[in-house]
Amino acid sequence: MKSIAELEAIRQKTLERVAYRKEADNDIRVVVGMATCGIAAGARPVMLAFMDEIKKRGLTNVTVSQTGCIGMCRLEPMVDVIVPGKTKVTYVNMNPDMVPRIVTEHLVNGNPVMEYTIGAAEDK
Amino acid sequence: MRDLSMHVLDIAQNSVKANAKTVSISFTVDEHRWLTIVFTDDGTGMAPELLQKVTDPFTTTRTTRKVGLGIPLIKENAELTGGTVTIESQPGKGTTLTATFDLNHIDCPPMGDMCDTLLTLVLLNPDQPDFVFHAQTPDREASFDTRVIRQALDGVALNEPEVTQWIRDAINEEFKPILEVQ
Repeated sequence: MKSIAELEAIRQKTLERVAYRKEADNDIRVVVGMATCGIAAGARPVMLAFMDEIKKRGLTNVTVSQTGCIGMCRLEPMVDVIVPGKTKVTYVNMNPDMVPRIVTEHLVNGNPVMEYTIGAAEDK
Repeated sequence: MRDLSMHVLDIAQNSVKANAKTVSISFTVDEHRWLTIVFTDDGTGMAPELLQKVTDPFTTTRTTRKVGLGIPLIKENAELTGGTVTIESQPGKGTTLTATFDLNHIDCPPMGDMCDTLLTLVLLNPDQPDFVFHAQTPDREASFDTRVIRQALDGVALNEPEVTQWIRDAINEEFKPILEVQ
């Protein structure tokens, strides 16, 4: 049974890390399309897969957030990865199996996975 | 929508977009296996003119594209099972949407991963609104309230990794036995 008391220990542990991270202020943003079209196409497991992978790798400089419909419903689920100082990369037709590779190659090593991007999808 | 959990995520997102401070979602499964889902928010609410048209797929408050499918889709799925969707709303006070489904009906979509939907709502909206979840069957009850968690965390965000794991475990522990009814 989860208890509220457990949260106090989590709070203490997290506060130190958060303070360090705020000083760094260079967060990578992962933005998932969570409108009706995105949800119906499977955005929820994609979002949770990013959360899991980021936690597994202990990445403290990545935030996951949501956006609405941007009008390309046929390409949902869509995910933007925004690295400070770099061009935004949009991944399309996402599924949870694609997430570990994006996290490893793009978020950790800085190399976008070109074959998953909107540019590659439009060229097909 | 493939399952009911997707409808729940989608409809609750409407409350988030309506600037609600608190969103409540309650699930009740009665002895005849009728599921009632009630969404209540204290967001901007809707004027009577909009409320009358809100189940029309070509009605939306969005200005970029004139399509709003969330409510029409849940209404269609509820009615396919013999259920209903009713909406009450007052500008400035908020909105309550009630959907009923006959879980025994052959056309009733599966429940889906409702726990993941509840977790997703909390994680995607770590600052506001607060979420209150409640589920009840004739022999079991569960509840979850981000206001209590926020108070205990005292400034630490709900989407911090360790907090996320705690919330995931808490929701699964409480709600899975009730919401995995199919």
